[in-house]
Amino acid sequence: MSSQPGNNYGNSYNNAAPSYGGAQPRQEMSYLCADCGSSNEIKPREPIRCRQCGHRIMYKKRTNRMVQFEAR
Amino acid sequence: MASSSSSHLPASVFNPRRHVGVHAERVSDVASTEFPGHYPGEDHSWNLAKFKENLKVSVKRLSQRSVEFDLVGVDASIANAFRRIMLSEVPTIAIEDVFVFNNTSVIHDEILSHRLGLIPLNVDPRLFEFRQDIPLDRNTLVFRLNVTCERIKKASKDGPQYINEYVRSGDLEWVPQGEQESVFASNPPAATNKDIVIAKLRPGQTIEMELHAIKGVGKEHAKWSPVATATYRLHPLILLNPSKPVPPHLAQKFASCFSSGVVKVSPDGQVSIDDRHLRKETMSREVLRHKEFEGCVELKRIRDWFIFSVESEGPYTPESLFPEAIKVMRGKIASIREAAEALLADSHDLGAAPAASSGPDADGDVEMDGA
Repeated sequence: MSSQPGNNYGNSYNNAAPSYGGAQPRQEMSYLCADCGSSNEIKPREPIRCRQCGHRIMYKKRTNRMVQFEAR
Repeated sequence: MASSSSSHLPASVFNPRRHVGVHAERVSDVASTEFPGHYPGEDHSWNLAKFKENLKVSVKRLSQRSVEFDLVGVDASIANAFRRIMLSEVPTIAIEDVFVFNNTSVIHDEILSHRLGLIPLNVDPRLFEFRQDIPLDRNTLVFRLNVTCERIKKASKDGPQYINEYVRSGDLEWVPQGEQESVFASNPPAATNKDIVIAKLRPGQTIEMELHAIKGVGKEHAKWSPVATATYRLHPLILLNPSKPVPPHLAQKFASCFSSGVVKVSPDGQVSIDDRHLRKETMSREVLRHKEFEGCVELKRIRDWFIFSVESEGPYTPESLFPEAIKVMRGKIASIREAAEALLADSHDLGAAPAASSGPDADGDVEMDGA
């Protein structure tokens, strides 16, 4: 069903996707608070804690890479 | 058997050879008997003049989305071929590739893609080619779906609270490619129905995707079927037995065994069949359940009178679907003819020069050595 970019016509969309574990400096990852839903940027070695409400559970955001599907 | 004198049906309808019997628990005389060699001394070889004389097509009801028409004088195999072609071989345009950039709604990407594929588009497929492998402006339509739900800041209490709470088929934005801008200027591609709910969103949820629509046929996937339904039934026929009339005190009960309007009851309790409304009869066979009507009536269908009912759900107007099916059928016949002629030419070649060359023939077949 779904295929990652690189299989079909997806190649042209690859430019928008960040590469995995490249040598470039790690960009800040933002996470969603499980309690209040606000977006938080968490740096490495920083306590996992929401800046708004102090909740300690975070959700990872969906990838912004393109995913291809067949409409069937 | 009897026929009413002021019949709206042609007299040939009462020819028993055209009748399929409908009985309480079975049907009889399903197959046609008018083929060469069945009746001694009758000529039933196929004859174009005779076929033309018997063939009748007439539209009985037409609306924006559906048509009911009669096709009289063809074999069931032909009528069924047209029905099947309308379902599965008349091409349309439908969304095939979905590129999801973001989807934070509760509906999964796969389900969303499937729903998008089923949306009927208003694009004339005759302007498109079938996509072979590379997407081009001649074979692919591009749409974008970019929707984010947000809370309305100063919403009144009883009004809508969110914008884009419902993602509808009208939210699809067409992105013209190449020459499409000018070709579709008068009729921009969109869904035929703009109010189909694709997904429901809550504030903060977003859908961002690109959609590629291509031409296809219903036999590959039902999303390319141009019809909602295409069915036919045989014209019903009710024959009253003149030697055993329905008793007048049971006339109302008799009439209520049929669809309303089919049986007329005169003030003195005589029943007759209203030919104009005969096609409404559902053939429920209720009348055959009652002992008192035994022998009064025979239920029949006319074997070569097809009442087609076609609902269009795509770019085609309902009345143009049958001609499109005929075009597809003619294309098939043309390719068979071509192959048959190639075969014929082949056999002539073989007669002239028995030692055939090893190269491919006109139809692409290769003659094997020693075969």
